[in-house]
Amino acid sequence: MVFEHIYILLKNNFPENTILEASPESIQPYLVIAPSEIEKVCRFLYAHEQTYFDFLSCLTALDNGKEAGTMEVIYHLYSIPYDAKMVLKVILERSSEGQTLPQVPSVSSVWQTANWHEREAFDLLGIYFLNHPDLRRILLPQDWEGHPLRKDYQHQERYHGIRVAYEP
Amino acid sequence: MKPNELNIPDESKRSAQKEIQYVFEKDNLLKSEPNKYKLEDLKSEEMILSIGPQHPSTHGVLRIEVITRGEIVVDVVPHLGYLHRCFEKHAESLPFNQIIPYVDRMDYVAAMNSEHAYAMGVEKMLGITEQIPKRVEFIRVLVAEMNRLASHFVALGTYGVDIGAFTPFLWMMRDREHIMRLLEWICGARMLYNYIWVGGLFYDLPVGFEERCLEFIKYLKPKLLETQELLIENKIFIQRTANVGVLPMGLAINYGVSGPMLRASGLKYDLRRVDGYSVYPELEFEIPIGKGEMGTTGDCWDRTWVRLQECYESVHIIAQCLERLTTDHKRTRDFDPQALVPKKIRPKAMDFYVRAENPKGELGFFFRTDGRSDVPVRCKARSCCFSNLSVLPEISRGSMIADLIAIIGSIDFVLGEVDR
Repeated sequence: MVFEHIYILLKNNFPENTILEASPESIQPYLVIAPSEIEKVCRFLYAHEQTYFDFLSCLTALDNGKEAGTMEVIYHLYSIPYDAKMVLKVILERSSEGQTLPQVPSVSSVWQTANWHEREAFDLLGIYFLNHPDLRRILLPQDWEGHPLRKDYQHQERYHGIRVAYEP
Repeated sequence: MKPNELNIPDESKRSAQKEIQYVFEKDNLLKSEPNKYKLEDLKSEEMILSIGPQHPSTHGVLRIEVITRGEIVVDVVPHLGYLHRCFEKHAESLPFNQIIPYVDRMDYVAAMNSEHAYAMGVEKMLGITEQIPKRVEFIRVLVAEMNRLASHFVALGTYGVDIGAFTPFLWMMRDREHIMRLLEWICGARMLYNYIWVGGLFYDLPVGFEERCLEFIKYLKPKLLETQELLIENKIFIQRTANVGVLPMGLAINYGVSGPMLRASGLKYDLRRVDGYSVYPELEFEIPIGKGEMGTTGDCWDRTWVRLQECYESVHIIAQCLERLTTDHKRTRDFDPQALVPKKIRPKAMDFYVRAENPKGELGFFFRTDGRSDVPVRCKARSCCFSNLSVLPEISRGSMIADLIAIIGSIDFVLGEVDR
């Protein structure tokens, strides 16, 4: 099963503005999906008999910085029965610290793997996942300020009186 | 400071810097890592039991909030992050070759495997995978499989201690010591090697290594059988682990569980075969899966059994590697394992996800590069222990507290990789 096949399958089953961009030439071909549709697309790929993407390998969130003004969530899917890989991307509008967080629907109802990975993305990058069952910080303490993997992150000076910056 | 001068701290400077290091407040700990369950939410006869982060049976600094009704576990909430070192943030400010020591420190009992996965990923991005000499690839597989053995020994040994068998632990540590010394001979470090470099190796195998390694393999084979008879087939061990913490295959896949845990649930899924990376397609080995011989497929006993069977397979792979390294890909005087190591690692702008089979499951690295610098824009590690641990609440609901310890041990996670 090749990338074009999945692309056509999605094109036929979803409204026109669902797939925003397709990149078949890249080393690992990907599709850019509209943020509001990502859960439906994932559920479709998970359940459809020609795809069966039953394994979510990785869920990455990343920040493109202030100039680009976008954040991304990247889903690496794998289908064990068909031995097929697929990459989906969602591009979100970026917001600075203090403003409302960028939002994207959670896919944890499709793959439970996403539960902890989305918590990690929320923790380190500050992306809010709608309908997530348990969106708490996972790696950092609950009272930590800011999201460290953002490109413009400034750490707090003291945490419980401990100096955060390391000065030898 | 002049060279050769002793670095004696200046006391006068020190007293000037007397600043407050930690402000104690009564609810500091409650604020930093609060329980998920509130006392009001509990039903009658339920209570919260907090295990860890310093409890020995949590295998590191993991805190588990257990809701119990008497002896029965109602729910489990793992609290992570006590060993978080911001690997991904560090990686965003380091060149590709300098990230390797950090990768070592993720899964610190199987550092060679993590290095192998990482180096493979960066080489694929550079497009030099095909040029890597076969001898280098065989040495990589050899050391990775030795480290896989060491990792499984730690898993089996400490699991024995969890269950109450102390002798296997000492035996496994004795055998692991041989591997540690062999690897120390190769690269100078016992656990955190920095041996597999992008494009090659730090150094060729030392002279006489192949013979010593072969001797070790001969020594190890009967010892594995001994362990099997002493631990895995022990009646008490079977009673403690069979039918405990059953993980069905569908649930395992949905939670992203991989490695021996997924295979114990009955799926023949090994990335060394599925992806066929490095020289694994040229090597012969079986993929053991759990069959539910002592209870149900996917229980704690199956997981342990699969790990021990994988030890046999690793021994088999090591023997084949040694054979190839002494015949087809012999040591030559002019062989330089660093010949292909690039001076500047600058891949084109791309997104790349690479995955490989670690002793504990699928380890993946996601890179984004911009093509202008030798520092990744984003480097995410998909840690296998992280996903494997996330299934813990699902498989331990309804079990006894003593069984919970058995389940935690059978997952075989390393907190260095969970927290990164």
